[in-house]
Amino acid sequence: MTAPLDVSGTELQAAPEAVVEGAGGAKAIQGRSLGQIAWMRLKRDKVAMAGAIFVIFLILVAIFAPVITGLLGHPPNEFHQDMINPETMGPKASWGGINKDFLFGVEPVNGRDLFSRVVYGARISLLIAFFATMLSVVIGTVLGVVAGYFGGWTDMIISRAMDVFLAFPLLVFAIALAGVIPDKAFGLEGDTLRIVLLVFIIGFFSWPYIGRIIRGQTLSLREREFVDAARSLGARGPYILFREILPNLVAPILIYSTLLIPTNVLFEAALSFLGVGIRPPTATWGGMLSDAVHFYTVPHFMFFPGMAIFLTVLAFNLFGDGLRDALDPRSSR
Amino acid sequence: MSFLELKDLRIHFPTDDGLVKSVDGLSFSLERGKTLGIVGESGSGKSVTSLGILGLHKGGRARISGEIWLDGEELVSASAEHVRTLRGKKMAMIFQDPLSSMHPFYTVGQQIVEAYRIHNDVSKKVARKHAIDLLGRVGIPQPDRRVDSYPHEFSGGMRQRAMIAMALSCDPELLIADEPTTALDVTVQAQILDLMRDLQRDFNAALIIITHDLGVVAELSDDILVMYGGKCIEYGTTEDIFERPEHPYTWGLLGSMPRLDREPTERLLPIKGSPPSLINVPSGCAFHPRCAFEDRTEGRAKTEVPELLETEGGHLVRCHMPRDLRRAIWENEIKPNLEAAS
Repeated sequence: MTAPLDVSGTELQAAPEAVVEGAGGAKAIQGRSLGQIAWMRLKRDKVAMAGAIFVIFLILVAIFAPVITGLLGHPPNEFHQDMINPETMGPKASWGGINKDFLFGVEPVNGRDLFSRVVYGARISLLIAFFATMLSVVIGTVLGVVAGYFGGWTDMIISRAMDVFLAFPLLVFAIALAGVIPDKAFGLEGDTLRIVLLVFIIGFFSWPYIGRIIRGQTLSLREREFVDAARSLGARGPYILFREILPNLVAPILIYSTLLIPTNVLFEAALSFLGVGIRPPTATWGGMLSDAVHFYTVPHFMFFPGMAIFLTVLAFNLFGDGLRDALDPRSSR
Repeated sequence: MSFLELKDLRIHFPTDDGLVKSVDGLSFSLERGKTLGIVGESGSGKSVTSLGILGLHKGGRARISGEIWLDGEELVSASAEHVRTLRGKKMAMIFQDPLSSMHPFYTVGQQIVEAYRIHNDVSKKVARKHAIDLLGRVGIPQPDRRVDSYPHEFSGGMRQRAMIAMALSCDPELLIADEPTTALDVTVQAQILDLMRDLQRDFNAALIIITHDLGVVAELSDDILVMYGGKCIEYGTTEDIFERPEHPYTWGLLGSMPRLDREPTERLLPIKGSPPSLINVPSGCAFHPRCAFEDRTEGRAKTEVPELLETEGGHLVRCHMPRDLRRAIWENEIKPNLEAAS
């Protein structure tokens, strides 16, 4: 890695002399690890920080969903038929029934609190996106490193497996599988089963994206001089793999995880939209959008879940891009 | 038997374009406390030789044959795991570019500690003390503080010192330095060379210096081996090579070396042409397409591969010209030119 090119770089260059001179001085210049340098860079990137703050906000919303809806809304599956006009099945009041009790208005037909449903939808979205990403990152990293480090036959088999997975018609497979799986399976049932199922489907089929990146990185890292230097001192294979190569992969792993999460949020929404994801009455953003299609006269019903998906994906992408700029400054500008 | 002995070492790499004979029948020996300089252009097989001794030539593809004897043990036929246990402890290497050969994520101290703990079962605390000692020994000021610095916080010279400390962490008996000063500026080069000479005396290690810079080996080496196209073309003491060189290629190297004792207006004499492809090595003497004296070999240079023959007292030369002719050319045509201005 080259020394950083920005302002902090000049301070670092000055470090050796400064330490000698300032030995008894008031402020000794501290050495910074690459992690600290990246953090400083990230802090300066306002857009990325905004993304990060929104992501943290979303996570808090998802975790404290019961508390939030308890304070500001109603339980997500509580019917409020009194808010609904039985003629049109739409909300009685204008603006979709938005008032101080129902911050985002009410859902047509049953009159459920839209705010609560959007808040609870964040839980499902993030839960599935996080775990599916984690699964694909773990599989992708392990297989990518193994393929890149050992090469030869191992590499060929794993690389071909990646091609097969990438060529797989995932959406068709997911729709078919959702139809076949019963309500109880593997000792799980209901939402839990569907969530686990979606995590596995999404996770299993998106690992080749990160696997390829990790394989490529490992291939080039394996030939780097510091690996040779470690070998020349008698280091064992596992040592080289875990201590020399893996730390260099932390940056790409982090970056592509944050960029994979929004993709998975979208994918989960798409599956729920198509009715093969989480089943009603559990609130999901994709499912709400799917319902909203029938009520295009009540645009707020589509607006809030749609906006939730849009902002989540945007925030993760902005944060991911900022993270890449911070961890790998050569990749941009 | 000597401490290190290579016998007819060959390292060939099969590629899609043909067989690359990076090292083709190399033999030499080296005692403890002595220094051998291996000199040659890029692609002459210097670095592959050193990696081959350490068993680091890229595994599956390379074909290696011949014998490498280190302290009574044969390494070519030894298991990879056994050679691994020797690396670091028995033999170690100093790399050309200390920035790219140190891991960017760990402090200099951590890297020396890890290197030491590969072969020594000691606590981190003891190893850290050892690391600080070593950093002090290689001339890094305030080693107890610099031990926690990252490689990117060091200057080039300090990094190379740290790299040397790392290589020395387990007291290796054979130290191979692959162009140790190429990435450094001239003033730092001299310091590093001095340091290496002092350390070699202290550690009584056998030292191999690989370089394309005759100035470096002139200062440090006891013996010099000149490589061309994967083969040794001249071998002798430093005095032999500088005072009585007999191979036209060595003359070329001497002629293209900048010297302070020459007039600055004097032009350097480059060797014409470029190093041969190791896939299609020229027939006969590999140097003949570039050799100014090829016409004095009665046409043998184009067809016959010359033998490496002793001219006198351990001085070996691979050339078709008769010994007396070579000496005459050196005395009458080359030496006066080199010394013309001085």
